[in-house]
Amino acid sequence: MQRTFPLLVLMCIALFGYAPFLIAGAPYESTMGLVQKIFYFHVPSAIAMFLSAFVCGIASAIFLFQRKPGADRVAVSAAELTVLLGLIVLVTGPLWARKAWGVWWQWDARLTSSLVMWLVFQAYLLLRRFGGPGSDKLSAAVALFGAALVPFVYWSVNMWRTLHPTTNVVPSLPPPMMGPFLWCMVAFLALYGVLLAVRVALEERRARLDTLYLALED
Amino acid sequence: MSFFSTALLVVRKDLLVESRSREVVYTALLFAMSCMLVFAFGLVKEGQVVTDAAAAILWITIAFAGTLALGRVFDRERQNETLRALLLAPASRASIYVGKFLGVFALLVMVELVVVPLVALMFGARLFRHPWLMIGLLAAGSIGYAAVGTLFAAMLARSRSRGALLPVLLYPITVPVIIGGVRGTAALLGPEADLAVARAWLMMLVSFDAVFVTLSLWTFEPAMTD
Amino acid sequence: MTLKTIVRAVSLAFLLVVAAPAWAATQPPASQEGFVPVDQLPTDEEFPATPLVAAAYGIAWAAVLVYVWSVWRRLQRVDRELAEVARRLEVQRRSTGSPEAPR
Repeated sequence: MQRTFPLLVLMCIALFGYAPFLIAGAPYESTMGLVQKIFYFHVPSAIAMFLSAFVCGIASAIFLFQRKPGADRVAVSAAELTVLLGLIVLVTGPLWARKAWGVWWQWDARLTSSLVMWLVFQAYLLLRRFGGPGSDKLSAAVALFGAALVPFVYWSVNMWRTLHPTTNVVPSLPPPMMGPFLWCMVAFLALYGVLLAVRVALEERRARLDTLYLALED
Repeated sequence: MSFFSTALLVVRKDLLVESRSREVVYTALLFAMSCMLVFAFGLVKEGQVVTDAAAAILWITIAFAGTLALGRVFDRERQNETLRALLLAPASRASIYVGKFLGVFALLVMVELVVVPLVALMFGARLFRHPWLMIGLLAAGSIGYAAVGTLFAAMLARSRSRGALLPVLLYPITVPVIIGGVRGTAALLGPEADLAVARAWLMMLVSFDAVFVTLSLWTFEPAMTD
Repeated sequence: MTLKTIVRAVSLAFLLVVAAPAWAATQPPASQEGFVPVDQLPTDEEFPATPLVAAAYGIAWAAVLVYVWSVWRRLQRVDRELAEVARRLEVQRRSTGSPEAPR
């Protein structure tokens, strides 16, 4: 892990460094023009957000049922990253929508459900911060509900008539667009790995600090 | 003691305690009516309620009154220190959860028995045109809301800032249930009741309930154990 | 197979069985097409998209950088406290002559 981390950071920098060139070189979309290029950050961050929500849910389940403190550290970190990635999705989306749909926001199934999921993970963080002792188990339960929402959010575009495009768009991307998209997807996954590792390291140091404080009091 | 007899014992205890003071029912009902009034002033134009608003008013009132009831039910347990006694009892946590959940559900039903006719009366909403579908929507919505609410209210009963945190946790997670209830009810309230849409929302509510009840049953025991 | 495992498996199966018809019963959406690429930028721009695209990428970058800075700040604070506590523990250990420091 110690040796792969700097490699991951370098890979991340390289991926994001070259991404703007790929995005600029990608063809324009016929109806949306320049603004469609927001796609190359909007969708990868959304997929990373779903991944993060799952990581948080699985780690929370492990923590709840097996009491492994390491799982709780991963859960907290993943929850913070879900909120961060959700912020990126919910800001880039409306900026794109303003030009593509003419409105900043629309209460359709996809947008509403992703906003709800984002709020659930924010509630997780609030509970961790202000809930006092025992809030680690309580927030783990919240994370399970949040993670259960992910499939609903993902398939909401296919189940209802929404303004938001369906999940059919990505698999049917023409090759000149698929290349930059996959590049940005890998870039965001690498970024997620880096951020998660760093954040978990912070939690581990905090845990170590707590142990030392306890030893000091003895 | 079997699972269901334990659960029923818990429900009986809760309803018995509540029937002596009737505190939660009265406060929840009064709060529900004030809620309806506030919404009425916001959503009424020229003496008529904006279409679809009656459905929203109904469900939001139920949600707010439910939060109030949940807070009071578990506050009462905590104040009398009966929560610890309950958890120490030689009964499975799941059966305690089911008992508490049924008590909360019963409270919600009592609130709805008053609020639904009132909304129908005061906002001219034809909620009783398709009574079985309406009852189905109310039941499915109340089950989902009570399931999640009981879990979180019980979990938060002993933590700091529980008053502020219960709404913060409860509303985002129960939004799907509320949306289902509102859209299903709104489908029934139009000039021509759209039964297919209402049924679709009822099925959606049932599947939400399945997920929420299952998740709540799974997490209640590990979350409540110290 | 404990009773708990059986109950969990049954409840998961119940969840899937109940949820499936709900998904099937909802309406199918109107077909929405994928992206269609063109080489030239379409000429009808009511208002320019460039500020929107710039803002989108800019805010995404800024959010990540602010987060990294926040984690960095917290790490610094914890490292400082760790060094402080380790130092105090060392002092305490020397003064009381108690056995080895904790790992």
